[in-house]
Amino acid sequence: MDLLAFARGPAFWGALAVFVAGAVWRIASIALLRIRRDWSRPRRGLLAMAGRGFLATLTRSYPHREFIGRTGAGEALGYSYHLGLFTVVLLFAPHIAFLGSLLGFTWPALPSSLVTVISVLTIGLFLAVLFRRVTSPVMRLLSNFDDYFSWFVNMLVMVTGIATTAHLGARYETLLAVHILSVDLLLLWFPFGKLMHAFYIFPSRAINGAVLARKGAAS
Amino acid sequence: MIPASEPILVGEMLRRHGIGRRGFIKFCMAAASAMAMPPGMGMAMARQLRDAPRPCVIYLSFQECTGCLESFTRSFAPTMEQLIFNVISLDYDETLMAAAGTAAEAAAAKAMKDNFGKYVLVVDGSVPTGAGGGYCAIGGRAAADTLREAAAGAAVVVCVGTCSAYGGIPYAHPNPTEAWPVSAIVGDRPIINVPGCPPVPEVITGTLLQYVTTGQLPDLDEQSRPIFFFGNTIHDRCYRRPFYDQGKFAKTFDDEGARSGWCLFELGCKGPTTYNACATVKWNGAASFPIESGHGCIGCAEPGFWDKGSLYTPQSGAVWGRAGEAGLRPVLEVGGGALLAGAALGVVSAGVSRLRQGRSEHEVRAGADAVPEKGA
Repeated sequence: MDLLAFARGPAFWGALAVFVAGAVWRIASIALLRIRRDWSRPRRGLLAMAGRGFLATLTRSYPHREFIGRTGAGEALGYSYHLGLFTVVLLFAPHIAFLGSLLGFTWPALPSSLVTVISVLTIGLFLAVLFRRVTSPVMRLLSNFDDYFSWFVNMLVMVTGIATTAHLGARYETLLAVHILSVDLLLLWFPFGKLMHAFYIFPSRAINGAVLARKGAAS
Repeated sequence: MIPASEPILVGEMLRRHGIGRRGFIKFCMAAASAMAMPPGMGMAMARQLRDAPRPCVIYLSFQECTGCLESFTRSFAPTMEQLIFNVISLDYDETLMAAAGTAAEAAAAKAMKDNFGKYVLVVDGSVPTGAGGGYCAIGGRAAADTLREAAAGAAVVVCVGTCSAYGGIPYAHPNPTEAWPVSAIVGDRPIINVPGCPPVPEVITGTLLQYVTTGQLPDLDEQSRPIFFFGNTIHDRCYRRPFYDQGKFAKTFDDEGARSGWCLFELGCKGPTTYNACATVKWNGAASFPIESGHGCIGCAEPGFWDKGSLYTPQSGAVWGRAGEAGLRPVLEVGGGALLAGAALGVVSAGVSRLRQGRSEHEVRAGADAVPEKGA
């Protein structure tokens, strides 16, 4: 078995199994926690709470006017590189072929050259995000190994992907194997680090919104 | 055919055949061009060839389908006839000389003795070692023994075809004849691999011509393949590459995309990981090549291509087991199993956390009860 066959075969399926099991484990262990009983009289009904919870996922997803001076740049950076990531992962033809081999259906791709440009821009944004984290005293204080390693595994996937597309540094099959192995590493790390925010972010906002609605507070 | 023992130079041979200086130089320039050599090499090749004696070539065929020799005979520039009548002395070919029987065997023995250490040994087919070598015996001798004896006096061994270069289909799982590539049997001679199933005709003749004219091994990659033919992937040189870059892919072999000549990546084309000259030199006098005819590359010039899974799984697709096919079944098996395992772990974790939550709430309540009421 060569490196590419290993990366696409046992390594991928093992990483996928760890990813699914780890993500379900973390979600279930939080979802099944006991919710402390609130003895106060609810200010709104269940339907209104659900509606407010849904609204909170939207209202907390854009910068509020009062804070835009302080948080606007960070949020713009965050949104930009997330958008870049989603575009590269979901709209690059080889990725669609890969996902299609697992899901059984495919969708239209963007031109590969356009995706390459977006990838390079996204890598630039990744570097900017790291620069901000390292240079801001508050961000530095809040950051730990988890933040830096999560950044690293994402960056590794992006850089090896660009190298594979552009045939930089080694033969295509070697670069492709390294790229897939870097994805395997990302899948392995995903459930155990802050990358899990992908699953938590919207439910947690919705629950906060619903809890605040029960208390009659704005969210 | 003129025996190798006769000290006749290539230039003299060409004159006898009525080939003039202009025609000879055109031949050399075309050959140099086919090998992507600089224009000056064509003239250098002409000078070298003119004064060179025709080198002895021994061609052995083992466990193979004769497709490589068939391909060899279809070379256009140079043609096989040009090679064997004018440039080399093909003193032995088991397939072409089969009818000659023991006379051919005697010619081979004499040629190898007279040219010991100088002749070119061309081999196609893998070498079976099972059943005491009984799966492939020529003239009563096992292929491995014939190969060892012939390789001992060879200046270079040229492995023509994937079977001799990497074992090919006979070497594929379960390899019932215990076949091996030539490099596993002949470890001490320089080897040039010209893989393909079969190889491109001009790649065979071009590689031989390069060695004969320069007397040196070409630059080889890590698979011992000449870089001037195997330096690029088929994908890099494919005329359908612009469609890959535009994200236009044929989904089936007869859809609108396939008819419009779109990229065959999603149909499992192995062009991105296959190094060969199919897309540039092409076949049948540069008429076409498999991708141009509508079928993706199957990666036949790469080691172990037969065991690398489905010929129709995209290069970036996940592979599942030996058969290589991925799809919903393994996703459901792996994902479903992992999902159940994760859910079980989650229930246990939540149970433990609930116990702790209960204890801490009890402690809080107990603490609150212990606080004396105001004025008590």
